[in-house]
Amino acid sequence: MSIYKHGLQLTPGGHFTDTYKQVLTEAGGFTKSVTGLTMLWNSLILGLGFAIGKIVISMLAAYAIVYFRFPLGTFFFWIIFSTLLLPLEVRILPSYEIVQGLGMANTYTGLIVPLIASATGTFYFRQFFKSVPDELVEAARIDGAGPLKFFIDILVPLSKTMIAAIFIIMFVFGWNQYLWPTLITTDESLFTLVRGMKQILQVWIGAQIPDTNQAMALAVLAMLPPVLIVVIFQSWFVKGLVESEK
Amino acid sequence: MAGIKLNTLRKIYAGNVEAVKGISIDIQDGEFIVLVGPSGCGKSTLLRMVAGLETITDGELFIGDRLVNNVEPADRDIAMVFQNYALYPHMSVYNNLAYGLKNRNIPKDEIEKRVRKAAEILEIGDFLDRKPRQLSGGQRQRVAMGRAIVREPAAFLFDEPLSNLDAKLRVQMRMEIKKLQKELGTTSLYVTHDQLEAMTLADRLVVLSGGEVEQIGSPIDVYEKPASTFVATFIGSPAMNLLPLTKQGSDWKLDNGATVDVKLNTDLSDLILGVRPEDLVIEELSEKFDTGLHTALTVNVVEPVGAESYVHGTIGEGSVDVVVRAPGKLHFEPGQILKVTAKPEKLHTFDTKTGKRIEVQGALEAA
Repeated sequence: MSIYKHGLQLTPGGHFTDTYKQVLTEAGGFTKSVTGLTMLWNSLILGLGFAIGKIVISMLAAYAIVYFRFPLGTFFFWIIFSTLLLPLEVRILPSYEIVQGLGMANTYTGLIVPLIASATGTFYFRQFFKSVPDELVEAARIDGAGPLKFFIDILVPLSKTMIAAIFIIMFVFGWNQYLWPTLITTDESLFTLVRGMKQILQVWIGAQIPDTNQAMALAVLAMLPPVLIVVIFQSWFVKGLVESEK
Repeated sequence: MAGIKLNTLRKIYAGNVEAVKGISIDIQDGEFIVLVGPSGCGKSTLLRMVAGLETITDGELFIGDRLVNNVEPADRDIAMVFQNYALYPHMSVYNNLAYGLKNRNIPKDEIEKRVRKAAEILEIGDFLDRKPRQLSGGQRQRVAMGRAIVREPAAFLFDEPLSNLDAKLRVQMRMEIKKLQKELGTTSLYVTHDQLEAMTLADRLVVLSGGEVEQIGSPIDVYEKPASTFVATFIGSPAMNLLPLTKQGSDWKLDNGATVDVKLNTDLSDLILGVRPEDLVIEELSEKFDTGLHTALTVNVVEPVGAESYVHGTIGEGSVDVVVRAPGKLHFEPGQILKVTAKPEKLHTFDTKTGKRIEVQGALEAA
């Protein structure tokens, strides 16, 4: 209540632990079926699914573009690249239509898969693969490494720092998704943290005052993991973007 | 182990650029062949065709008795050493050596044995656990060689392996490669643009120019009897002096009017006379003889290199730069006029148009 009397406070109030306990464990929402922990879990799945899925897909795509000659390869690369440059908001209706039609609404698959192709990731990996010296590829050929072996034994280990950098960017990106989860999930048990926060603040009906303390606690919870990941992996992150190990 | 046979190999790139124009070489088992030529002469392309990294447009390639035109590089039973080493940066030295063997499903203890043996030969046993970036250039070079040795291939292919090393290390590694090749007795094909490296390493030299073979022979043969003006100027440092030679009456004369007393069996009246800097002797230091070349030389520049000095000068108006290799203790002044001579058997003559060698009569017998 004090937020409405005194405005935002910097120090925690008297109900610090109570609020967090309530937020994390007590079921909220309309159906009273989703707790803060569930939402944290959902956000985690979304973040990790995004990051890992995007890395796998964009590495494979970049591998194909850089190392294999196929007709009109460059042309297709730029076509795909330019369509992916369009933000989600532009193509959100057709995307929704497709996911709905495939019956993937209210599933993790529907949350993650439609957004998994990544122009940024593909581009980064493409540039990195291009900087790998040709002699290394030739040496591997003479050493009897086929395309798959070369990818797994040589390219993936070489891309370690690059993978870390992309992982951080994509994890934060996935974690912070708001519009897409809002559209695709109506089942509250699939709500993410970012989505849940809004739910709490939206109950301003009649004399009901939103539980601002809970919303704030959720906001802190939503910010912590990305911050932690960036802090922990930052040296890798910088290394991945700045230097390539050769 | 096996010989390698190149039968009119041709490489035509897209856009109809012919990089290799039908080259045939018969390489004996255990022989050390050096391909030498200026950049763009097709030597690297030829090596890469043997390795299987470039497709063969036309012709046949045999390793041993097997036609390998369409065989994958890994199955050609060859090993290659690259200019920039091409070591796997994320693997330890041990794994760099072992990787090719693992891919061939060779048992672990056999791999261990071969790696240890190669490490011992190359004295890299102490670095087996290190990553390539923790090694110096010379050590990386050894690891790259080690990777070739553990394969126990029919042939080694070297693609300018010493170019990235500093001058001193290059001389040292050169000798080690030669020693190693003799010990292992493995057929080797070595590409370089450095004529000194080529001379010191080769059992036989193959001098290439513009995608064609100019001359094949032992280093000394190539040096003493260059087949063309190209070979004459490419092999040897400083390069052979080339001067125009014309027939006037029954005499052969240089541009400055000096008569060259030499017997030639040719109908041509315009030739190119070649004489190596060390064969051009200052008259006072030499025994007296009347035949061969006698001319005056105006000194321009002197390059002392210690044991000897390279005296650059001209013979008459509009003459090309002529180099004389003189003893280092002598002193020369620019503008000074020297009398220089060369014996007839030390002279080389070439066709002006084709650049091909024309034998000086009696040259070899006299030498």
